[in-house]
Amino acid sequence: MSIMDHNGGSVIAMVGKDCVAIAADMRLGNQALGISSNFQRVFPVTDRIFVGLPGLASDVATLHERFRYRVNMYTIKEGREIEPETFAHLVSSTLYEHRFGPYFIEPVMAGISKTPTGKTKPFIAATDLIGCLNFAKDFVVAGTASTKLYGVAEGLWEPDLEPEDLFETISQTMLNAVDRDAFSGWGAVVHVITKDKVITRALKGRMD
Amino acid sequence: MSKASVYSSPGFDFSNLVRNNFLHEKGLPLPKATSTGTTIVGCVYKDGIVLGADTRATEGDIVADKNCEKIHYITESIRCCGAGTAADTEFTTALISSNMELHTLQSGRKPRVVTAMTMLKQMLFRYQGHVGAALVLGGVDATGPHLFTIHPHGSTDKLPYVTMGSGSLAAMAVFESGWQPNMDRDQALNLVKAAIAAGIFNDLGSGSNVDACVITASSTEMLRNVEMPNVRVQKERDYKFRRGTTAWKKEEVRSLITEESVTLLTGGDEMDTS
Repeated sequence: MSIMDHNGGSVIAMVGKDCVAIAADMRLGNQALGISSNFQRVFPVTDRIFVGLPGLASDVATLHERFRYRVNMYTIKEGREIEPETFAHLVSSTLYEHRFGPYFIEPVMAGISKTPTGKTKPFIAATDLIGCLNFAKDFVVAGTASTKLYGVAEGLWEPDLEPEDLFETISQTMLNAVDRDAFSGWGAVVHVITKDKVITRALKGRMD
Repeated sequence: MSKASVYSSPGFDFSNLVRNNFLHEKGLPLPKATSTGTTIVGCVYKDGIVLGADTRATEGDIVADKNCEKIHYITESIRCCGAGTAADTEFTTALISSNMELHTLQSGRKPRVVTAMTMLKQMLFRYQGHVGAALVLGGVDATGPHLFTIHPHGSTDKLPYVTMGSGSLAAMAVFESGWQPNMDRDQALNLVKAAIAAGIFNDLGSGSNVDACVITASSTEMLRNVEMPNVRVQKERDYKFRRGTTAWKKEEVRSLITEESVTLLTGGDEMDTS
């Protein structure tokens, strides 16, 4: 079994109409034994950027603190909040520094970015464990249920979903994909980010 | 080893190696990084260089990115296609691009393709093949058009037409039957498109669309998605769910600040020296 499967967990992010959504399951396991059904792996970076960290749980904690440090240093030096694209490159650089001794995490990022004209644009990105960025226009997935998430998302996603519809689509994608994966599940959380609010909901799912 | 300094030193950080090797000895294999299975090509024609690449990025058997960009910027007139480990090609070309800019500023001369080639090969040899970047470097400089391949261990070849990646055999078959010296722009571009298409359709590691780049002495034209032979058909049904389908246990709404206005207060802040 791979190191990435040790603790389990999956994350997905999707793009909607002027909104993004990021969802993750809540399981933390020690191989087959489930330990916690309340493990947080999606964290807010700024008001408008969220990062999901599926993979080895101890690296989730380490990377969360590393990113918090680097984003704080950025905010102090630049005197402004970090933009999603910049944060994605920050994540990518941090992971590539450890190219020959990587963190066992495949981060997924979602946020609302500002265009030069002042309008807002939805943004999602994911990287592999050594920092190769993938800027998708539709959805990105990572974690033990990634293959199932790819399949379900490819079927259910359509462009320009309103926030409430995006919530339904991403929730159904997550719940049904993790139901086919033994190492993910035990509850799920969804954050829908629009330009003026963030709606966070804890989903009711199968607990087996 | 944690760093006390606020500024992290440049280069690779090997502090996780002990832990990762320990885990590996315990029998846990290292996960697969994103690879650009890839078909990348380059060819010299009458006025310069045409580079081509497919757009599929794989993670093991899965297609991670259906439309990634494999033609990287080195300088205005020099571009580099990358095959192999995607993070390695991305960061290696970015590093050399940055160093080329510094070199140009220091030397005061237009950058040359051989300079980029030498920087790349010396770096890749230094890492003894562990940086898995297989590159097709092409551009036009003061001495004319040049095309090189660079292998992960640091060897280079200078040729009039090259292919790299898992689809290189399919693409080379097209090149070997179609390449002639001194082709014009349309002939060269069509040949490159056909070579990449051969890789896309016959190699499992390559797919999606064709990217091309035409570099001449006077201009560089990036043709992103110049051909899209794999567009998905329109879905016949709409798969939206009825609102309220998903059951949730708890909801929290956080309103964000969208507008801030500063009102200056007049009076009251001045120093009172009475």
